[in-house]
Amino acid sequence: MTDAEEKRADALFHALADRTRRDILRRVLAGEHSVSALARSYDMSFAAVQKHVAVLERAGLVSKRRSGREALASGEVEAIRSVASLLDELEAVWRGRISRIDDLLADRP
Amino acid sequence: MPVTSIDTNVDDHSIVVISDFPATLERIWQLWSDARQLEKWWGPPTYPATVTDFELVPGGKVGYYMTSPEGKKFGGLWRIESVEAPRRLTFTDAFADADGTAAEGMPVGTCVVELTEHDGGTRMVTTTTYATAEDLEKVVAMGMEEGLTGAISQIDDLLAAEAA
Repeated sequence: MTDAEEKRADALFHALADRTRRDILRRVLAGEHSVSALARSYDMSFAAVQKHVAVLERAGLVSKRRSGREALASGEVEAIRSVASLLDELEAVWRGRISRIDDLLADRP
Repeated sequence: MPVTSIDTNVDDHSIVVISDFPATLERIWQLWSDARQLEKWWGPPTYPATVTDFELVPGGKVGYYMTSPEGKKFGGLWRIESVEAPRRLTFTDAFADADGTAAEGMPVGTCVVELTEHDGGTRMVTTTTYATAEDLEKVVAMGMEEGLTGAISQIDDLLAAEAA
């Protein structure tokens, strides 16, 4: 890993190491949320939730845009993947299928 | 290990999987041509597939859905282009609603399955191609949202178990 990649991994794991941030990420992966709507979901201040969103944003997991007074956050998973790594995901799907076929054949050749 | 090689081609957004099985051509064909067999391997154990329509003839439809651990259903629809039992099958695989209607504007993959006798067993070559990089990205992003959510839940479980 290059230094930049190491830093990126640090930011990623740091972002995911907190329960609230994982919960925020889960919500924004499902759809765009305003930071104030997110803040209402937790028993903590708006500023604290805003800080969590900023950590996720720095890790490249979340992107933010403004709409009027609202800051809207959404999951940014696709952006951090190249086509090559997308194909890796599909490769994993097929590896899973082939290994299940193999098990099936072992059960009933 | 049955997987002999996997080639991913960034240029034409395709993935070619070659696997060798110690079984007859007819047995491997059955994995594709028998709906109950197909259900056993198409979806991962955490997202088992249920086949709802099965018309393995040119122009026919194969409808299925995969069920998430939370019980959410994700539909898929094959449109069969050609069937040459027991050697070759071509179809398109699209996202569909839970009731089996193909989703508009969603990426469609073209899948070619080829079976040949090889070293006393059967070689299976599957080639899946998406029209554009954006299509490929969508397919994986949809699967990945679920995968990542699952992975995050696992981290939660792990930390909960450690705390206990």
